[in-house]
Amino acid sequence: MSTNLVIALVAVLSTSACALAGVFLVLRRMAMMADAISHAVLPGLVAGFVLAHAANLARGGELLASFVGAIAAGLLTVVLVEALTKSRRVKEDAAMGVVFPALFALGVFVISKYLANVHIDTDAVLFGEIAFTPFDTLVIGDRDYGPQALWTLGALTLLNGGFLFLFYKELKLSTFDPGLAAALGFAPVLLHYTLMSMVAVTTVGAFNAVGAILAVALIIVPPVTASLLTRRLPALIALSLVVGVTAALLGLWLALLWNVSISGMIATMLGALFGTTLLLAPEQGLVAQAVRRHRQRRRFAAETLVVHLATHEGTDAEAAESERAHLQGELRWTPGRAGDAVALARNAGWVTEQSGSLHLTEQGRTVAAEVATR
Amino acid sequence: MDLLRDLLFDYTLRNVALGSAVLGIVSGVLGCFAVLRRQGLVGDALAHAALPGVCLAFLLTGSKTPIVLMAGAAATGWLGMLILLRITRHTRIDSGSALGIVLTVFFGFGVVLLTVIQKSRNAGQAGLDKFLFGQAAALTQEQVVTMAILGGGALLVVAALFKEFKLLSFDPDFAQSLALPTRGLDLVLTGLLVIAVVIGLNTVGVVLMSALLVAPAAAARQWTNSLGHMIGYSALFGAGSGVVGALISVSQTRLPTGPVIVLSATVVVIVSVLFGSARGLVWEWARQARNRRGLQAPPDAPPAPNTRGAGSSTGGRLPFSGSPSIGGGGGRG
Repeated sequence: MSTNLVIALVAVLSTSACALAGVFLVLRRMAMMADAISHAVLPGLVAGFVLAHAANLARGGELLASFVGAIAAGLLTVVLVEALTKSRRVKEDAAMGVVFPALFALGVFVISKYLANVHIDTDAVLFGEIAFTPFDTLVIGDRDYGPQALWTLGALTLLNGGFLFLFYKELKLSTFDPGLAAALGFAPVLLHYTLMSMVAVTTVGAFNAVGAILAVALIIVPPVTASLLTRRLPALIALSLVVGVTAALLGLWLALLWNVSISGMIATMLGALFGTTLLLAPEQGLVAQAVRRHRQRRRFAAETLVVHLATHEGTDAEAAESERAHLQGELRWTPGRAGDAVALARNAGWVTEQSGSLHLTEQGRTVAAEVATR
Repeated sequence: MDLLRDLLFDYTLRNVALGSAVLGIVSGVLGCFAVLRRQGLVGDALAHAALPGVCLAFLLTGSKTPIVLMAGAAATGWLGMLILLRITRHTRIDSGSALGIVLTVFFGFGVVLLTVIQKSRNAGQAGLDKFLFGQAAALTQEQVVTMAILGGGALLVVAALFKEFKLLSFDPDFAQSLALPTRGLDLVLTGLLVIAVVIGLNTVGVVLMSALLVAPAAAARQWTNSLGHMIGYSALFGAGSGVVGALISVSQTRLPTGPVIVLSATVVVIVSVLFGSARGLVWEWARQARNRRGLQAPPDAPPAPNTRGAGSSTGGRLPFSGSPSIGGGGGRG
């Protein structure tokens, strides 16, 4: 397999694994837990590594031990944050803000104090570099089974996909209606910790290949982007995968083109996709919102105009109140806004204009009556 | 005594201790508002969002002067915060997800810029990462002075707008109804937070910066119910962990300052959550134990008809466990 093909596969697989783990995390509004876990796993990595080293395990054993240690540390983060939050002494955000830097600091402390001669690069943990994954192959006995990241991430994708498939109903209910889920005996606490373990396992598995920050980006950004496009859960999961894989391939291509960090470029592309969606999403996009607001404002102005005309229709002041210039004084409209409102009302067939004076049509009267009773 | 003499006359030690103390005070004070407004993780996002700014500042000016890099860091940190506000205000995306997006995307873009800088083989690029991952031991007097001026300015603004910030933190709706410019105040407070983060970056680094904002404030909250006192305690805890952390790390070989400062601050949090005079857990446990004893009927009394409130049956973790005793007796302690 060519190097670039392996990198592309690693990118796609880590994206899929992360996006699948991220959907329910984001829906449960716990996105930052992924960030906390990704940093807090450091002492676990170190502890696993040290224990394996002490027990004289082979390199595969060392890797496995640090993997297990990292997952344990990730779960410890969840437990500590929840314990602090439940004590009601510290709010959840502050609890996270205390726990994960403390664990990270502990990891750095141990590394620099006791493991200065062992090669664990803390920068590499944070940045990661997907470009090296093709050369880190899985060797069992004498046989070389290909890049190790492909095996790990493939297994993770299957695991996460399988988990979502098997417990789809339970996850859905406990996310959207935890009370009902508990009442029906769906064991929401157990599900919660299973989901958290899944996030921890995925983060650890992915950051070996792509770095902690990109792992977090891959968990959070695709589901959030998808949530701007749909409100249906199956579509949300599918769109998350599409967004993630698109960003991964686009980022990889640009990074190779410009010879810059692949992980960084994928994260940047995730941001670009999110930004584009945020602006242009059909219903929830910022542009669509602005257009909708503008339309509502104009329609409201036209409705105000017909109600105003209807109020004074048949009174002595009718002639004076119906003049275009008068609107600017009484309704405090700028000339532009008044012109806008008149044009809209005329186009809708609500008013007619004769020599600068506005008259309601039959349809306009109906609208005015309807608005007034609304 | 040796330590005291070193603290006064040793150039490195004095800079590290002073720098950490300044940082501890500034982030302690500003962290109070962040924690009370449930923005404990904003510092984390801000610190990460500073990376592209540092790189851009270096790419544009070719200078590694602290103030230039700080300006770059502040610019993208501020931009990240504006995007964050916009996302949470105009969409249904929750603040946690928005924070995560700003944090990872800005940092990812920063990593791209770092590789661009490394590729250009600019001899001056070494040390940029030190700015980000913190190297308190290398603080120069110039840096400490810069930190003190920026931080002092931020504290002056807090003092001038104390009443407004207090209202904004506890009752933003009321603040708005008084026609206070809440959005403007929000931006000012965010700007001050940016300053705190930026002066902390080259002391403790990106990852640990959020702890410096959150930990002293979270600890201070356990000792008092008054905002003024909380800020005082928080500044004290921040400065204390800063100086103690700096002293420990300098006195030992191979100990990086940032992690030791954060671990000191964490110890303060643990002690405060357990023993804080206003809300310490230990005092509540003691009260619960007393209440339980008070609830146990004396041997000659008839059995109580309603034992629902007995703490022992629910493990003493009732939601209303903080209220005075139900059965009368020992709750007034």
